[in-house]
Amino acid sequence: MSRLAAHGLVREFRLPGRSRRHPLRAVSDVSLELHAGETVALVGESGSGKSTVARILARLDTPDAGTILLDGQPATPGRRGLRHHHRQVQIVFQDPFASLNPFHTVDHHLRRPLRLHHPALGRAEEDERIHHLLDRVNLVPAGRVAAAHPHELSGGQRQRVAIARALACRPGVLLADEPVSMLDVSIRLEILRLLDRLRAEDDLAVLYITHDLATARHFAHRILVMYRGELVESGPSDAVILDPRHPYTRLLAAAAPDPRRRGTSALAGPDLPVTRVEVPGGTDAGGCPFLDRCPQAMPRCRLRPPLVPLGGGRTARCWLHAADTDPAGSPPGPATTRPPAPPTARPDP
Amino acid sequence: MTVTSGRPGAPTPPAVAAPGARRRWMPRDGRARVGLAVIAGFVLVAVVGPFLVTGASGIGPDPLAPPSAQHWLGTTQTGQDVLAQLVVATRGSLLVGALAGLLATVLSIVVGVVGGYVGGRVDEALSLLSNVTLVIPSLPLVILVTHYLDGGGILAISVVIGLTSWAASARVLRAQTRSVRARDHVAASRALGERPWRMVLVEVVPNLLPVIAAQFVFAVIFAILTEAGLSFLGLGGVDHLTWGTMLYFAQNAQALAIGAWWWFIPPGLAIALLGCALSLLNLSLDEVINPRLRGSRSRRDRRAARRPAQPREER
Repeated sequence: MSRLAAHGLVREFRLPGRSRRHPLRAVSDVSLELHAGETVALVGESGSGKSTVARILARLDTPDAGTILLDGQPATPGRRGLRHHHRQVQIVFQDPFASLNPFHTVDHHLRRPLRLHHPALGRAEEDERIHHLLDRVNLVPAGRVAAAHPHELSGGQRQRVAIARALACRPGVLLADEPVSMLDVSIRLEILRLLDRLRAEDDLAVLYITHDLATARHFAHRILVMYRGELVESGPSDAVILDPRHPYTRLLAAAAPDPRRRGTSALAGPDLPVTRVEVPGGTDAGGCPFLDRCPQAMPRCRLRPPLVPLGGGRTARCWLHAADTDPAGSPPGPATTRPPAPPTARPDP
Repeated sequence: MTVTSGRPGAPTPPAVAAPGARRRWMPRDGRARVGLAVIAGFVLVAVVGPFLVTGASGIGPDPLAPPSAQHWLGTTQTGQDVLAQLVVATRGSLLVGALAGLLATVLSIVVGVVGGYVGGRVDEALSLLSNVTLVIPSLPLVILVTHYLDGGGILAISVVIGLTSWAASARVLRAQTRSVRARDHVAASRALGERPWRMVLVEVVPNLLPVIAAQFVFAVIFAILTEAGLSFLGLGGVDHLTWGTMLYFAQNAQALAIGAWWWFIPPGLAIALLGCALSLLNLSLDEVINPRLRGSRSRRDRRAARRPAQPREER
């Protein structure tokens, strides 16, 4: 059973410049599952709706449609349901400079979750827990760090405090919304290793939101790719990165700089067979969201592509793969739809 | 008459006594020290002064006497001691400033923070209220109301000034609340399951404190000046003594024309001095309140840190 699952999430924003009938669809029909002890990476470009998904999963935002299941139970409204959810699902934000209140000490930040969710603890026990939390995120000496204000800490230290705060009430799910993208490159790996260690220790279900494919592949078991609010591809991380099926994922994978390809066509763009046709219409018309940029757009892309299971736990929302199966009228079997060789050339040394 | 307490602006203990114990809240900024010292002097005079002076009211034997050993600041046309009047008037003016400033600040916090935090319809309603209050010309309104109340004493004037001067601060606080509310640390404490009122009081309002304090100091200055203006025009009522009423009587008696400078300069100077002190404090309040600046280096440290850079710039 999944720790946290979402089905058919939709979130629309009414913006001043847009009419009431055409709101901005930030999240469109997103479903995902997070399992204990597993890291799932949610990748996609800026504005693709990754953070909105995280906020919905943390119940900081309400979806316009869709359901959230916590430990198989549908999310209950009202204060008690929310409280239960918040105890189980915690979030770490991107900007460690904004996510801690400049007016309060580290001690306050860690004591509040304990007071809220473990009110039976005595002061000495709270102190001990805070000490232990700071110890777990490698902030030593814990006594001095606890007395510090956020401005006395570095970005990496603040992010550790934010992680400690998220873990203070012992949640089962941790949503990490680009936890390292605001940090120095030199400490990113440390923070990611820390998250990975904590996941293993606490059997956490982690959603790791990022646009860095390399760390996603390294730290996540599964990868979900989002584009303009849609989940376009999902699967085990190695498979998705090394053998992307959706044209967008291919572009994304090809755009990641690869030191081994130095001097070659890194800037020349992905080596994809471009069969671009001018197809009018786009997301607003209900077609494939990637239609405008897709090098392999076809006339039928004006219709919304189906979510095609590709076997091996993979899916892609693209007509390219539906084309293999539709005419035959048979559902794809895992063995046939997962050829060892990728269908299109992937830049490989 | 007898005066034993310090005059306005007399040096006050904080700057000298027990530096180690007071370092946490005592600002290192010279402006704040001067401002606080002057304000403390005025407050001291307002609290204990009236018990120590006599001859503020009632007709005295020698009218319009210039400053002398007996009457340090001379006497008025009816022979009252100007210094005694000044001391009693300090209490009146400060009381108006404190009451009206407090009322205006509390109103602006309630309207601004609630509107900014809750948003939606509530925000629209409260914004409308503050906008309407903002565009009503307040001085004519205050004149009308005080005239209707027939002076009405210090309390009535304070309430009227407070009720008409909160709107601008409320707008500032609303904007600032919206900005703080959108920050991740508020979302994080919401994700922890904090109750709304606690989020407002513990997570949002402390971040507004520098703004609130500055608005309060400004409201006090504004209230004292408004009261002085009203009283000078003869609208503040004459049954109590403030710096404004002193000026009003001086003006009525043609003090300027007959050269009784000791009558109108002291209250005018007191207003200017207190205004300056409050402004000085206002300028450096951020350092006193903001924890990011409170623990920061002293001015000497900053100067020392700047020093090595200078030769390079000169070259």
